[in-house]
Amino acid sequence: MRKYWHVINIGMQNNLAYRVNFLARTLFGFIPLMAMLYLWRTIYAGKGQAGSEIAGYSLAEMMSYYLVVQIVDALTAVNDDDWAIAADIKDGNISQFLLKPLNYIWYRLCLFIAGRITYLAVAAIPLALFIGLQHEYFVLPKSWLSLGAFLLSTGLTALLQFFVSYAMAMLAFWVLEVSTFIFIFYAFEYLASGHMFPLDILPVGLQKVLMFTPFPYQLYFPVSIYMGKIEGAKIVSGLITQLAWVIVAYLIARAAWARGLRKYSAVGG
Amino acid sequence: MMKNNVTSDAGRVTGNERLPEDFPPPAIRHPSRLGRYFSIYTALFKNSLAREMIFKGNFLLWIVVDSLWFVMQLCFISVLYLHTDGIGSWTKWQVVLLIGASNFIQQIFQAFFLINLTNLSELVRSGKLDFLLLLPVNTRFIISLRQVDLGGFFNATAAACVMAYAAHKLSLHPTLAQVAGFFALALCGVLIHYSLMLLLAAICFWTVKAQGIVMGYYNLFNIARMPDEAFKWGAFKAVFTFAIPMILVSNVPARVLTDKLGSPGPVVILLCMAGFCALLSEFGWRASLRRYTSASS
Repeated sequence: MRKYWHVINIGMQNNLAYRVNFLARTLFGFIPLMAMLYLWRTIYAGKGQAGSEIAGYSLAEMMSYYLVVQIVDALTAVNDDDWAIAADIKDGNISQFLLKPLNYIWYRLCLFIAGRITYLAVAAIPLALFIGLQHEYFVLPKSWLSLGAFLLSTGLTALLQFFVSYAMAMLAFWVLEVSTFIFIFYAFEYLASGHMFPLDILPVGLQKVLMFTPFPYQLYFPVSIYMGKIEGAKIVSGLITQLAWVIVAYLIARAAWARGLRKYSAVGG
Repeated sequence: MMKNNVTSDAGRVTGNERLPEDFPPPAIRHPSRLGRYFSIYTALFKNSLAREMIFKGNFLLWIVVDSLWFVMQLCFISVLYLHTDGIGSWTKWQVVLLIGASNFIQQIFQAFFLINLTNLSELVRSGKLDFLLLLPVNTRFIISLRQVDLGGFFNATAAACVMAYAAHKLSLHPTLAQVAGFFALALCGVLIHYSLMLLLAAICFWTVKAQGIVMGYYNLFNIARMPDEAFKWGAFKAVFTFAIPMILVSNVPARVLTDKLGSPGPVVILLCMAGFCALLSEFGWRASLRRYTSASS
Protein backbone atom coordinates (compact mmCIF):
# COMPACT_ATOMS: atom_id res chain seq x y z
CA MET A 1 0.00 0.00 0.00
CA ARG A 2 2.78 2.42 0.90
CA LYS A 3 4.23 2.39 -2.60
CA TYR A 4 0.94 3.75 -3.93
CA TRP A 5 1.07 6.61 -1.42
CA HIS A 6 4.42 7.48 -2.94
CA VAL A 7 2.86 7.47 -6.41
CA ILE A 8 0.17 9.91 -5.25
CA ASN A 9 2.79 12.08 -3.66
CA ILE A 10 5.00 12.18 -6.74
CA GLY A 11 1.98 12.67 -8.98
CA MET A 12 0.95 15.72 -6.97
CA GLN A 13 4.41 17.23 -7.20
CA ASN A 14 4.50 16.63 -10.96
CA ASN A 15 1.10 18.19 -11.40
CA LEU A 16 2.02 21.27 -9.43
CA ALA A 17 4.34 22.15 -12.30
CA TYR A 18 1.20 22.70 -14.37
CA ARG A 19 -0.59 24.89 -11.85
CA VAL A 20 -0.69 27.91 -14.17
CA ASN A 21 -2.13 25.67 -16.85
CA PHE A 22 -4.82 24.44 -14.43
CA LEU A 23 -5.64 27.98 -13.42
CA ALA A 24 -5.90 29.12 -17.04
CA ARG A 25 -8.13 26.16 -17.79
CA THR A 26 -10.43 26.96 -14.88
CA LEU A 27 -10.67 30.64 -15.74
CA PHE A 28 -11.24 30.04 -19.46
CA GLY A 29 -13.87 27.49 -18.52
CA PHE A 30 -15.91 30.20 -16.81
CA ILE A 31 -16.52 32.00 -20.11
CA PRO A 32 -18.77 29.39 -21.73
CA LEU A 33 -20.33 28.72 -18.33
CA MET A 34 -21.30 32.36 -17.93
CA ALA A 35 -22.65 32.41 -21.47
CA MET A 36 -24.77 29.37 -20.64
CA LEU A 37 -26.11 31.00 -17.46
CA TYR A 38 -27.01 34.16 -19.38
CA LEU A 39 -28.77 32.04 -21.97
CA TRP A 40 -30.95 30.41 -19.34
CA ARG A 41 -31.71 33.72 -17.64
CA THR A 42 -32.94 35.05 -20.98
CA ILE A 43 -35.08 31.98 -21.56
CA TYR A 44 -36.66 32.26 -18.11
CA ALA A 45 -37.17 36.01 -18.62
CA GLY A 46 -38.96 35.19 -21.87
CA LYS A 47 -41.40 33.02 -19.93
CA GLY A 48 -42.89 36.17 -18.51
CA GLN A 49 -44.10 35.78 -14.95
CA ALA A 50 -41.58 35.24 -12.17
CA GLY A 51 -41.39 31.79 -10.63
CA SER A 52 -42.02 29.88 -13.83
CA GLU A 53 -40.43 26.46 -14.12
CA ILE A 54 -38.90 24.43 -16.92
CA ALA A 55 -39.12 20.66 -16.41
CA GLY A 56 -39.50 21.27 -12.68
CA TYR A 57 -36.49 23.58 -12.47
CA SER A 58 -36.85 27.13 -11.23
CA LEU A 59 -34.34 29.64 -12.55
CA ALA A 60 -32.22 29.35 -9.38
CA GLU A 61 -32.25 25.55 -9.63
CA MET A 62 -31.25 25.65 -13.28
CA MET A 63 -28.33 27.97 -12.53
CA SER A 64 -27.34 25.84 -9.55
CA TYR A 65 -27.40 22.74 -11.73
CA TYR A 66 -24.65 24.15 -13.93
CA LEU A 67 -22.63 25.34 -10.93
CA VAL A 68 -22.84 21.96 -9.21
CA VAL A 69 -21.86 20.30 -12.51
CA GLN A 70 -18.79 22.49 -12.40
CA ILE A 71 -17.96 21.29 -8.88
CA VAL A 72 -18.47 17.61 -9.66
CA ASP A 73 -16.51 18.04 -12.86
CA ALA A 74 -13.57 19.55 -10.99
CA LEU A 75 -13.67 16.63 -8.57
CA THR A 76 -14.09 13.77 -11.02
CA ALA A 77 -13.24 14.65 -14.63
CA VAL A 78 -10.43 12.78 -16.28
CA ASN A 79 -7.87 15.32 -17.31
CA ASP A 80 -5.12 13.98 -19.56
CA ASP A 81 -5.02 10.52 -18.04
CA ASP A 82 -6.51 8.73 -21.04
CA TRP A 83 -4.00 10.35 -23.42
CA ALA A 84 -1.15 9.52 -21.08
CA ILE A 85 -2.19 5.88 -20.78
CA ALA A 86 -2.58 5.53 -24.55
CA ALA A 87 0.82 7.14 -25.05
CA ASP A 88 2.41 4.77 -22.51
CA ILE A 89 1.09 1.81 -24.48
CA LYS A 90 2.07 3.22 -27.85
CA ASP A 91 5.59 4.14 -26.80
CA GLY A 92 6.22 0.89 -24.97
CA ASN A 93 6.51 2.57 -21.57
CA ILE A 94 4.30 -0.01 -19.92
CA SER A 95 7.03 -2.65 -20.24
CA GLN A 96 8.64 -1.46 -17.03
CA PHE A 97 5.39 -1.94 -15.13
CA LEU A 98 5.19 -5.54 -16.27
CA LEU A 99 8.48 -6.11 -14.49
CA LYS A 100 7.79 -4.09 -11.34
CA PRO A 101 5.69 -5.23 -8.38
CA LEU A 102 3.26 -2.44 -9.23
CA ASN A 103 -0.11 -2.82 -10.84
CA TYR A 104 -0.48 -0.45 -13.77
CA ILE A 105 -4.20 0.23 -13.28
CA TRP A 106 -3.73 1.13 -9.59
CA TYR A 107 -0.66 3.15 -10.45
CA ARG A 108 -2.75 5.11 -12.92
CA LEU A 109 -5.62 5.49 -10.46
CA CYS A 110 -3.20 7.01 -7.96
CA LEU A 111 -1.97 9.48 -10.56
CA PHE A 112 -5.58 10.33 -11.40
CA ILE A 113 -6.34 11.00 -7.73
CA ALA A 114 -3.19 13.08 -7.41
CA GLY A 115 -4.23 15.05 -10.50
CA ARG A 116 -7.67 15.74 -9.06
CA ILE A 117 -6.27 16.87 -5.71
CA THR A 118 -3.87 19.32 -7.34
CA TYR A 119 -6.50 20.53 -9.76
CA LEU A 120 -8.87 21.15 -6.91
CA ALA A 121 -6.20 22.96 -4.90
CA VAL A 122 -5.76 25.38 -7.80
CA ALA A 123 -9.38 25.62 -8.96
CA ALA A 124 -11.11 25.77 -5.57
CA ILE A 125 -10.61 29.47 -4.95
CA PRO A 126 -11.68 30.78 -8.38
CA LEU A 127 -14.58 28.33 -8.36
CA ALA A 128 -15.69 29.43 -4.90
CA LEU A 129 -15.43 33.08 -5.93
CA PHE A 130 -17.45 32.43 -9.05
CA ILE A 131 -20.17 30.63 -7.12
CA GLY A 132 -20.04 33.41 -4.52
CA LEU A 133 -20.81 35.93 -7.26
CA GLN A 134 -23.83 33.87 -8.28
CA HIS A 135 -24.85 33.15 -4.69
CA GLU A 136 -28.38 34.47 -5.09
CA TYR A 137 -28.96 31.66 -7.58
CA PHE A 138 -27.10 28.95 -5.68
CA VAL A 139 -29.26 26.51 -3.73
CA LEU A 140 -27.85 24.41 -0.91
CA PRO A 141 -28.54 20.69 -0.52
CA LYS A 142 -31.86 19.92 1.14
CA SER A 143 -30.44 17.92 4.05
CA TRP A 144 -27.23 16.55 5.55
CA LEU A 145 -28.31 13.16 4.29
CA SER A 146 -28.48 14.28 0.67
CA LEU A 147 -25.14 16.02 1.08
CA GLY A 148 -23.63 12.75 2.32
CA ALA A 149 -25.20 10.76 -0.51
CA PHE A 150 -23.97 13.40 -2.94
CA LEU A 151 -20.39 13.04 -1.73
CA LEU A 152 -20.57 9.24 -1.86
CA SER A 153 -22.01 9.32 -5.35
CA THR A 154 -19.37 11.82 -6.46
CA GLY A 155 -16.70 9.39 -5.31
CA LEU A 156 -18.28 6.62 -7.36
CA THR A 157 -18.53 9.00 -10.32
CA ALA A 158 -14.80 9.63 -10.12
CA LEU A 159 -14.10 5.89 -10.18
CA LEU A 160 -16.51 5.37 -13.06
CA GLN A 161 -14.96 8.22 -15.04
CA PHE A 162 -11.52 6.79 -14.48
CA PHE A 163 -12.30 3.18 -15.38
CA VAL A 164 -14.23 4.18 -18.50
CA SER A 165 -11.35 6.35 -19.67
CA TYR A 166 -8.89 3.60 -18.86
CA ALA A 167 -10.90 1.11 -20.89
CA MET A 168 -11.06 3.57 -23.80
CA ALA A 169 -7.31 4.11 -23.63
CA MET A 170 -6.81 0.34 -23.97
CA LEU A 171 -7.77 0.80 -27.63
CA ALA A 172 -4.18 1.93 -28.08
CA PHE A 173 -3.17 -1.75 -28.12
CA TRP A 174 -5.07 -2.16 -31.39
CA VAL A 175 -5.15 1.20 -33.16
CA LEU A 176 -2.47 3.82 -33.69
CA GLU A 177 -4.62 6.92 -33.14
CA VAL A 178 -7.03 6.66 -30.22
CA SER A 179 -7.92 10.36 -29.96
CA THR A 180 -10.69 10.26 -32.56
CA PHE A 181 -12.38 7.34 -30.82
CA ILE A 182 -12.10 9.04 -27.47
CA PHE A 183 -13.63 12.25 -28.84
CA ILE A 184 -16.51 10.44 -30.49
CA PHE A 185 -17.27 8.70 -27.20
CA TYR A 186 -16.81 11.94 -25.31
CA ALA A 187 -19.28 13.79 -27.53
CA PHE A 188 -21.98 11.29 -26.58
CA GLU A 189 -20.98 11.43 -22.96
CA TYR A 190 -21.12 15.22 -22.97
CA LEU A 191 -24.80 15.16 -23.81
CA ALA A 192 -25.90 11.91 -22.18
CA SER A 193 -24.18 12.54 -18.85
CA GLY A 194 -26.03 15.80 -18.38
CA HIS A 195 -23.05 18.06 -18.93
CA MET A 196 -24.84 20.14 -21.54
CA PHE A 197 -28.18 20.39 -19.74
CA PRO A 198 -30.09 18.56 -16.99
CA LEU A 199 -31.46 15.35 -18.50
CA ASP A 200 -34.88 16.26 -17.04
CA ILE A 201 -35.53 18.61 -19.96
CA LEU A 202 -35.28 15.74 -22.45
CA PRO A 203 -38.42 13.96 -23.65
CA VAL A 204 -39.44 11.38 -21.02
CA GLY A 205 -38.90 8.33 -23.27
CA LEU A 206 -35.35 9.34 -24.04
CA GLN A 207 -34.64 9.95 -20.36
CA LYS A 208 -35.75 6.44 -19.51
CA VAL A 209 -33.52 4.93 -22.19
CA LEU A 210 -30.55 6.96 -21.00
CA MET A 211 -30.97 5.77 -17.42
CA PHE A 212 -30.15 2.26 -18.65
CA THR A 213 -26.74 3.46 -19.82
CA PRO A 214 -23.77 4.34 -17.59
CA PHE A 215 -23.65 7.93 -18.87
CA PRO A 216 -26.00 9.58 -16.32
CA TYR A 217 -23.95 8.04 -13.53
CA GLN A 218 -20.91 9.84 -14.85
CA LEU A 219 -22.30 13.24 -13.78
CA TYR A 220 -26.06 13.70 -13.76
CA PHE A 221 -26.79 11.34 -10.87
CA PRO A 222 -24.69 12.98 -8.12
CA VAL A 223 -25.81 16.44 -9.25
CA SER A 224 -29.45 15.35 -9.07
CA ILE A 225 -28.96 14.04 -5.54
CA TYR A 226 -27.51 17.40 -4.56
CA MET A 227 -30.42 19.23 -6.18
CA GLY A 228 -32.88 17.03 -4.31
CA LYS A 229 -34.34 15.77 -7.59
CA ILE A 230 -33.67 12.21 -6.50
CA GLU A 231 -34.78 11.30 -3.00
CA GLY A 232 -35.33 8.49 -0.54
CA ALA A 233 -35.23 4.91 -1.77
CA LYS A 234 -34.31 6.07 -5.26
CA ILE A 235 -30.98 7.32 -3.92
CA VAL A 236 -30.20 3.88 -2.55
CA SER A 237 -31.16 2.00 -5.71
CA GLY A 238 -29.32 4.60 -7.80
CA LEU A 239 -26.17 4.24 -5.75
CA ILE A 240 -26.32 0.46 -6.16
CA THR A 241 -26.71 0.83 -9.93
CA GLN A 242 -23.83 3.27 -9.97
CA LEU A 243 -21.64 0.86 -8.04
CA ALA A 244 -22.59 -1.89 -10.47
CA TRP A 245 -21.48 0.30 -13.39
CA VAL A 246 -18.19 1.00 -11.63
CA ILE A 247 -17.59 -2.73 -11.28
CA VAL A 248 -18.57 -3.40 -14.91
CA ALA A 249 -16.26 -0.64 -16.16
CA TYR A 250 -13.46 -2.00 -13.98
CA LEU A 251 -13.92 -5.54 -15.31
CA ILE A 252 -13.96 -4.32 -18.91
CA ALA A 253 -10.83 -2.29 -18.27
CA ARG A 254 -9.04 -5.30 -16.76
CA ALA A 255 -10.19 -7.64 -19.54
CA ALA A 256 -9.08 -5.20 -22.24
CA TRP A 257 -5.72 -4.86 -20.53
CA ALA A 258 -5.25 -8.62 -20.35
CA ARG A 259 -6.18 -9.12 -23.99
CA GLY A 260 -4.10 -6.17 -25.08
CA LEU A 261 -1.00 -7.50 -23.36
CA ARG A 262 -1.21 -10.63 -25.47
CA LYS A 263 -0.93 -8.44 -28.53
CA TYR A 264 1.59 -6.05 -27.04
CA SER A 265 4.98 -6.06 -28.71
CA ALA A 266 6.79 -3.47 -26.57
CA VAL A 267 7.63 -1.02 -29.31
CA GLY A 268 10.61 1.06 -28.34
CA GLY A 269 10.76 -0.62 -24.94
CA MET B 1 -15.59 21.28 -19.28
CA MET B 2 -12.35 19.46 -19.27
CA LYS B 3 -12.01 18.25 -22.80
CA ASN B 4 -14.64 19.75 -25.04
CA ASN B 5 -13.29 20.83 -28.38
CA VAL B 6 -10.63 22.61 -26.45
CA THR B 7 -8.40 19.63 -26.79
CA SER B 8 -10.12 18.21 -29.80
CA ASP B 9 -7.41 19.57 -31.96
CA ALA B 10 -4.51 18.85 -29.71
CA GLY B 11 -4.41 15.37 -31.14
CA ARG B 12 -3.94 16.70 -34.61
CA VAL B 13 -1.04 18.88 -33.82
CA THR B 14 1.84 17.03 -35.27
CA GLY B 15 5.26 18.39 -35.88
CA ASN B 16 5.11 18.15 -39.63
CA GLU B 17 8.08 20.05 -40.79
CA ARG B 18 8.34 20.96 -44.41
CA LEU B 19 11.62 21.56 -46.01
CA PRO B 20 12.18 24.62 -48.16
CA GLU B 21 13.23 22.70 -51.27
CA ASP B 22 9.64 21.58 -51.86
CA PHE B 23 8.68 25.05 -52.97
CA PRO B 24 8.80 25.94 -56.64
CA PRO B 25 11.63 28.29 -57.48
CA PRO B 26 9.93 31.63 -57.06
CA ALA B 27 10.14 34.92 -58.91
CA ILE B 28 11.33 33.41 -62.15
CA ARG B 29 8.14 31.67 -63.20
CA HIS B 30 5.80 34.23 -61.68
CA PRO B 31 6.87 37.79 -62.05
CA SER B 32 3.95 39.21 -60.07
CA ARG B 33 4.06 39.11 -56.30
CA LEU B 34 0.52 37.87 -55.93
CA GLY B 35 1.02 35.18 -58.53
CA ARG B 36 4.12 33.98 -56.74
CA TYR B 37 2.31 33.66 -53.40
CA PHE B 38 -0.54 31.96 -55.14
CA SER B 39 1.74 29.33 -56.64
CA ILE B 40 3.44 28.80 -53.26
CA TYR B 41 0.06 28.29 -51.67
CA THR B 42 -0.93 25.80 -54.36
CA ALA B 43 2.19 23.79 -53.56
CA LEU B 44 1.39 23.89 -49.83
CA PHE B 45 -2.15 22.80 -50.54
CA LYS B 46 -1.04 19.83 -52.63
CA ASN B 47 1.37 18.79 -49.90
CA SER B 48 -1.37 18.90 -47.27
CA LEU B 49 -3.63 16.85 -49.48
CA ALA B 50 -0.93 14.23 -49.96
CA ARG B 51 -0.26 14.14 -46.22
CA GLU B 52 -3.93 13.71 -45.31
CA MET B 53 -4.28 10.87 -47.77
CA ILE B 54 -1.59 8.86 -45.98
CA PHE B 55 -3.97 8.34 -43.07
CA LYS B 56 -7.30 8.26 -44.84
CA GLY B 57 -9.15 6.52 -42.02
CA ASN B 58 -7.98 9.03 -39.49
CA PHE B 59 -8.85 11.91 -41.80
CA LEU B 60 -12.41 10.61 -42.12
CA LEU B 61 -12.72 10.01 -38.37
CA TRP B 62 -11.79 13.62 -37.63
CA ILE B 63 -14.58 14.72 -39.95
CA VAL B 64 -16.92 12.48 -37.95
CA VAL B 65 -15.74 14.02 -34.67
CA ASP B 66 -16.34 17.57 -35.84
CA SER B 67 -19.72 16.73 -37.37
CA LEU B 68 -20.75 15.02 -34.16
CA TRP B 69 -20.04 18.13 -32.07
CA PHE B 70 -22.03 20.14 -34.57
CA VAL B 71 -24.95 17.72 -34.26
CA MET B 72 -24.71 17.97 -30.45
CA GLN B 73 -25.11 21.74 -30.63
CA LEU B 74 -28.16 21.32 -32.82
CA CYS B 75 -29.57 18.75 -30.37
CA PHE B 76 -29.07 21.22 -27.55
CA ILE B 77 -31.06 23.87 -29.40
CA SER B 78 -33.88 21.53 -30.35
CA VAL B 79 -34.17 20.40 -26.71
CA LEU B 80 -34.17 24.03 -25.50
CA TYR B 81 -36.95 24.91 -27.89
CA LEU B 82 -39.10 22.13 -26.48
CA HIS B 83 -39.44 24.41 -23.48
CA THR B 84 -39.41 27.90 -24.92
CA ASP B 85 -40.56 29.76 -28.02
CA GLY B 86 -37.78 32.24 -28.23
CA ILE B 87 -34.45 33.42 -26.88
CA GLY B 88 -35.17 37.12 -26.99
CA SER B 89 -36.58 37.50 -30.49
CA TRP B 90 -34.65 34.54 -31.91
CA THR B 91 -36.86 31.69 -33.07
CA LYS B 92 -35.72 28.07 -33.30
CA TRP B 93 -34.76 27.99 -36.96
CA GLN B 94 -33.10 31.38 -36.72
CA VAL B 95 -30.87 29.96 -33.99
CA VAL B 96 -30.18 26.89 -36.13
CA LEU B 97 -29.10 29.24 -38.89
CA LEU B 98 -26.94 31.11 -36.41
CA ILE B 99 -25.24 27.91 -35.24
CA GLY B 100 -24.71 26.96 -38.88
CA ALA B 101 -23.14 30.35 -39.57
CA SER B 102 -20.94 30.10 -36.49
CA ASN B 103 -19.75 26.63 -37.50
CA PHE B 104 -19.18 27.75 -41.07
CA ILE B 105 -16.90 30.57 -39.92
CA GLN B 106 -15.13 28.40 -37.39
CA GLN B 107 -14.51 25.59 -39.88
CA ILE B 108 -13.15 27.92 -42.56
CA PHE B 109 -10.84 29.36 -39.94
CA GLN B 110 -9.88 25.84 -38.92
CA ALA B 111 -9.23 24.76 -42.50
CA PHE B 112 -6.71 27.52 -43.15
CA PHE B 113 -5.19 28.59 -39.86
CA LEU B 114 -5.82 26.56 -36.72
CA ILE B 115 -3.16 23.83 -37.04
CA ASN B 116 -0.55 26.35 -38.09
CA LEU B 117 -1.20 28.64 -35.14
CA THR B 118 -1.16 25.80 -32.63
CA ASN B 119 2.14 24.65 -34.13
CA LEU B 120 3.77 28.04 -33.73
CA SER B 121 4.92 27.47 -30.16
CA GLU B 122 6.58 24.22 -31.23
CA LEU B 123 8.45 26.07 -34.00
CA VAL B 124 9.67 28.60 -31.46
CA ARG B 125 10.57 26.04 -28.84
CA SER B 126 12.56 23.86 -31.19
CA GLY B 127 14.14 26.72 -33.10
CA LYS B 128 12.72 25.45 -36.38
CA LEU B 129 11.38 28.91 -37.02
CA ASP B 130 14.94 29.67 -38.23
CA PHE B 131 14.29 27.81 -41.46
CA LEU B 132 11.08 29.64 -42.11
CA LEU B 133 12.67 33.01 -41.43
CA LEU B 134 15.28 32.26 -44.06
CA LEU B 135 12.75 31.51 -46.80
CA PRO B 136 12.28 34.23 -49.38
CA VAL B 137 8.64 34.72 -48.43
CA ASN B 138 6.79 36.73 -45.84
CA THR B 139 7.24 34.86 -42.55
CA ARG B 140 3.75 35.61 -41.31
CA PHE B 141 2.37 34.14 -44.54
CA ILE B 142 4.33 30.94 -44.18
CA ILE B 143 3.70 30.34 -40.47
CA SER B 144 -0.02 31.02 -40.92
CA LEU B 145 -0.72 28.93 -43.98
CA ARG B 146 1.83 26.09 -44.10
CA GLN B 147 -0.71 23.35 -43.61
CA VAL B 148 -4.29 23.06 -44.77
CA ASP B 149 -6.87 21.10 -42.79
CA LEU B 150 -9.04 19.71 -45.55
CA GLY B 151 -11.64 18.31 -43.19
CA GLY B 152 -12.53 21.91 -42.40
CA PHE B 153 -13.84 22.43 -45.94
CA PHE B 154 -16.04 19.39 -45.66
CA ASN B 155 -17.47 20.53 -42.34
CA ALA B 156 -17.94 24.07 -43.61
CA THR B 157 -19.99 22.66 -46.47
CA ALA B 158 -22.09 20.67 -43.99
CA ALA B 159 -22.66 23.86 -41.99
CA ALA B 160 -23.70 25.70 -45.15
CA CYS B 161 -26.21 22.93 -45.89
CA VAL B 162 -27.70 23.25 -42.41
CA MET B 163 -27.99 26.99 -42.94
CA ALA B 164 -29.71 26.46 -46.28
CA TYR B 165 -32.17 24.06 -44.66
CA ALA B 166 -32.87 26.53 -41.83
CA ALA B 167 -33.39 29.28 -44.40
CA HIS B 168 -35.86 27.02 -46.20
CA LYS B 169 -37.72 26.38 -42.92
CA LEU B 170 -37.90 30.11 -42.30
CA SER B 171 -39.05 30.56 -45.92
CA LEU B 172 -36.32 33.10 -46.45
CA HIS B 173 -35.49 34.26 -49.92
CA PRO B 174 -32.29 36.20 -49.43
CA THR B 175 -31.30 38.59 -52.17
CA LEU B 176 -27.95 38.33 -53.87
CA ALA B 177 -26.81 41.35 -51.86
CA GLN B 178 -27.71 39.59 -48.61
CA VAL B 179 -25.79 36.45 -49.56
CA ALA B 180 -22.79 38.48 -50.68
CA GLY B 181 -23.01 40.49 -47.47
CA PHE B 182 -23.11 37.31 -45.44
CA PHE B 183 -19.96 35.93 -47.06
CA ALA B 184 -18.13 39.23 -46.73
CA LEU B 185 -19.02 39.46 -43.03
CA ALA B 186 -18.16 35.79 -42.51
CA LEU B 187 -14.77 36.58 -43.97
CA CYS B 188 -14.43 39.38 -41.41
CA GLY B 189 -15.26 36.80 -38.75
CA VAL B 190 -12.50 34.50 -39.98
CA LEU B 191 -10.13 37.47 -39.98
CA ILE B 192 -11.05 38.27 -36.37
CA HIS B 193 -10.53 34.67 -35.21
CA TYR B 194 -7.23 34.51 -37.06
CA SER B 195 -5.93 37.83 -35.73
CA LEU B 196 -6.85 37.15 -32.13
CA MET B 197 -5.50 33.64 -32.14
CA LEU B 198 -2.25 34.75 -33.75
CA LEU B 199 -1.88 37.28 -30.94
CA LEU B 200 -2.45 34.53 -28.40
CA ALA B 201 -0.08 32.15 -30.16
CA ALA B 202 2.57 34.86 -30.23
CA ILE B 203 2.65 34.75 -26.43
CA CYS B 204 4.88 31.70 -26.95
CA PHE B 205 7.72 34.04 -27.87
CA TRP B 206 7.66 35.04 -24.19
CA THR B 207 6.58 31.87 -22.43
CA VAL B 208 7.64 29.16 -24.93
CA LYS B 209 4.71 26.94 -24.02
CA ALA B 210 1.53 28.58 -25.23
CA GLN B 211 -0.50 25.69 -26.56
CA GLY B 212 -2.77 25.71 -23.53
CA ILE B 213 -3.51 29.39 -24.03
CA VAL B 214 -4.24 28.87 -27.69
CA MET B 215 -6.61 26.04 -26.88
CA GLY B 216 -8.33 28.25 -24.34
CA TYR B 217 -9.46 30.34 -27.29
CA TYR B 218 -11.65 27.43 -28.22
CA ASN B 219 -13.91 28.26 -25.28
CA LEU B 220 -14.72 31.53 -26.99
CA PHE B 221 -16.32 29.74 -29.93
CA ASN B 222 -19.00 28.74 -27.45
CA ILE B 223 -20.05 32.37 -27.14
CA ALA B 224 -19.97 32.97 -30.88
CA ARG B 225 -22.81 30.54 -31.47
CA MET B 226 -25.17 31.99 -28.88
CA PRO B 227 -27.84 34.47 -29.91
CA ASP B 228 -26.68 37.97 -28.99
CA GLU B 229 -29.92 38.76 -27.19
CA ALA B 230 -28.97 36.25 -24.50
CA PHE B 231 -26.47 38.82 -23.27
CA LYS B 232 -28.34 41.78 -21.92
CA TRP B 233 -26.18 42.32 -18.91
CA GLY B 234 -23.46 44.96 -19.06
CA ALA B 235 -19.84 44.04 -18.64
CA PHE B 236 -19.87 40.60 -20.25
CA LYS B 237 -21.51 41.91 -23.38
CA ALA B 238 -19.23 44.93 -23.55
CA VAL B 239 -16.07 42.83 -23.27
CA PHE B 240 -17.15 40.32 -25.89
CA THR B 241 -18.30 43.02 -28.28
CA PHE B 242 -15.63 45.68 -28.07
CA ALA B 243 -12.56 43.86 -26.76
CA ILE B 244 -12.99 40.31 -28.08
CA PRO B 245 -15.85 40.70 -30.56
CA MET B 246 -17.08 37.11 -30.23
CA ILE B 247 -20.73 38.09 -29.93
CA LEU B 248 -20.59 39.92 -33.28
CA VAL B 249 -18.65 37.35 -35.29
CA SER B 250 -21.52 35.08 -36.29
CA ASN B 251 -24.54 37.00 -35.02
CA VAL B 252 -24.14 39.88 -37.45
CA PRO B 253 -23.81 37.70 -40.58
CA ALA B 254 -26.75 35.56 -39.40
CA ARG B 255 -28.83 38.69 -38.81
CA VAL B 256 -28.07 39.89 -42.33
CA LEU B 257 -29.40 36.63 -43.78
CA THR B 258 -32.49 36.50 -41.58
CA ASP B 259 -33.56 40.13 -42.02
CA LYS B 260 -33.03 40.74 -38.32
CA LEU B 261 -30.74 43.71 -38.81
CA GLY B 262 -32.53 46.71 -37.35
CA SER B 263 -29.85 49.24 -38.16
CA PRO B 264 -26.49 49.15 -39.97
CA GLY B 265 -24.80 49.76 -36.60
CA PRO B 266 -23.68 46.17 -35.86
CA VAL B 267 -22.26 45.76 -39.39
CA VAL B 268 -20.18 48.90 -38.98
CA ILE B 269 -18.94 47.76 -35.57
CA LEU B 270 -18.01 44.32 -36.95
CA LEU B 271 -16.10 45.85 -39.87
CA CYS B 272 -14.27 48.25 -37.57
CA MET B 273 -13.41 45.50 -35.09
CA ALA B 274 -12.12 43.27 -37.92
CA GLY B 275 -9.85 46.06 -39.14
CA PHE B 276 -8.74 46.86 -35.62
CA CYS B 277 -7.95 43.23 -34.75
CA ALA B 278 -6.02 42.78 -38.00
CA LEU B 279 -3.90 45.87 -37.30
CA LEU B 280 -3.32 44.89 -33.71
CA SER B 281 -2.22 41.40 -34.68
CA GLU B 282 0.27 42.80 -37.19
CA PHE B 283 1.83 45.02 -34.50
CA GLY B 284 1.79 42.14 -32.04
CA TRP B 285 3.39 39.80 -34.54
CA ARG B 286 6.21 42.23 -35.34
CA ALA B 287 6.87 42.90 -31.67
CA SER B 288 6.98 39.16 -30.96
CA LEU B 289 9.30 38.35 -33.82
CA ARG B 290 11.76 40.88 -32.45
CA ARG B 291 11.93 38.79 -29.27
CA TYR B 292 12.89 35.65 -31.15
CA THR B 293 16.35 34.45 -30.19
CA SER B 294 16.32 31.00 -31.81
CA ALA B 295 17.01 27.85 -29.84
CA SER B 296 19.35 24.91 -29.84
CA SER B 297 20.85 25.66 -33.22
